[in-house]
Amino acid sequence: MKEFLLVFRNDPDAVQTLSPEELQARIKKWMDWVGGIAAQNKLVDRGNRLANEGAVIKPGNIVTDGPFVEIKESIGGYTHIRAESLEEAIELSKGCPILEFSGNVEVRPINPM
Amino acid sequence: MTQTEGLLPHLFRTEYSKITAVLCKLFGIEHVEIAEDIASDTFLLASETWSIKGLPENPAAWLYTVAKNKAKDYLKRNTLFTQKIMHQIDTGEIEDKELEINLSDQNITDSQLQMMFAICHPSISGEAQICLSLRILCGFGINEIAAAFLTSKETINKRLFRAKEKLREEMVRIEFPNETAINERLETVATTLYLLFNEGYYSRGQDTTLQKEVCYEAMRLTYFLIENKRTNLPFINALMSLMCFHASRFEARTDSNGETILYQDQDENLWDQELINRGIHFLNLASQGNKVSKYFVEAWIAYWHTKKEDSEEKWEHVLQLYNQLLMTEYSPIAALNRTYALSKANGKAEAIVEAEKLNLTGNQLYHSLLAELYTGIDDSKAISHLQMALDLATSKADKTLITNKLLVISLLAKD
Repeated sequence: MKEFLLVFRNDPDAVQTLSPEELQARIKKWMDWVGGIAAQNKLVDRGNRLANEGAVIKPGNIVTDGPFVEIKESIGGYTHIRAESLEEAIELSKGCPILEFSGNVEVRPINPM
Repeated sequence: MTQTEGLLPHLFRTEYSKITAVLCKLFGIEHVEIAEDIASDTFLLASETWSIKGLPENPAAWLYTVAKNKAKDYLKRNTLFTQKIMHQIDTGEIEDKELEINLSDQNITDSQLQMMFAICHPSISGEAQICLSLRILCGFGINEIAAAFLTSKETINKRLFRAKEKLREEMVRIEFPNETAINERLETVATTLYLLFNEGYYSRGQDTTLQKEVCYEAMRLTYFLIENKRTNLPFINALMSLMCFHASRFEARTDSNGETILYQDQDENLWDQELINRGIHFLNLASQGNKVSKYFVEAWIAYWHTKKEDSEEKWEHVLQLYNQLLMTEYSPIAALNRTYALSKANGKAEAIVEAEKLNLTGNQLYHSLLAELYTGIDDSKAISHLQMALDLATSKADKTLITNKLLVISLLAKD
């Protein structure tokens, strides 16, 4: 079994327009999806969400308010899974509810140090 | 006579473990067999004496006096022996303070609690911990333990022997863990009690009375932890709550022939409302604190199962709780139950897709689940999964259940 990091990207502004019911329905979809991966014993760590604010430090100690000003998508969270192959990890990612809301999932194999 | 016969097994259970714990604390865990021998000898003498002379006024006090004297004799002999061996013939008398044997309520409770921590030591395997607990903490006989584990007396004796060796090797002390170690050690104790309860609850053995007693003992020991303020933590209350909810269904889960009645076919009027209420009480206490234990999640799942009626709310809650449980800790049984809840909350079609991914083809319950999901959608698949479940089933009760289901579905499929 190999391990993979799933990185979720979406438009942070889009989430803020949801009604409480829509938000609830979205959380359910998300929990059912992660629960399904866990039920296959392929979840290493459910990971976390990332807050919208943040900073980027560049050479010369230049600190900016994060990379999100100019672009419509930022990293919203991550999950750590295990799978036999990249193909299987991709299959597991296809069920991610973020895809229904014009976000995307980046699948990256983890190379152990 | 009959009075003695009826009383003795009961007294044995309750007093054997108390006497053993107190003596073992006095002698040290390396002499656990001696403590057990003295306790057994005491009961042997009781059964002989009482059958002739009748019951003493206070049987427990009688037992304590005899056990004390036997322990004193042992210590005297042993001290003399040790002194001779070591060529330390000091001519002085044996120090009398060694002979203090304290069988007060407080010392009994303390010793039993400390004994729990010693037995549930991380160096002992889970299986051996359960065996030792049943023997030393609950006073079960070797025959009973063998019946509960569906194995032979020899196997149990070997298992106990090895576990005691391990306790000696590790020089486990009978004491209360210090403040820094207590939470971690308590986790192991909780795991053992959880497994002990499950051993009784899900046992494939035939003796339902014995199974219930194993469960009640696990509950009694858990309650011990709740009564002590140092061990009365939210996750222990969650464990107690879980046990109460499960135990509430005892009378409803077997018929008069000892055959299993599945949850959905149970008569909920037989569910013990008093135990359900206690479960709710402990669940409330368990919700204090900010760490969510797996026992807490499982207790909530068990709570929803105390409501017989199917509702969207019930199954949605159960599904989300199983999602949560699996995210913290995977187990095949949780994966199967989660998929069942998924079928109830989101429909069979989605559940079938998810079930096919579980990769548990060697598991009897997996095929039973798929059979249930395919029933009414693709009966031929349901039948083939029931046949696979039947091939994997080992107990008579399971085989009967699956065969009955096969009969019903084959009849329906013909129509």
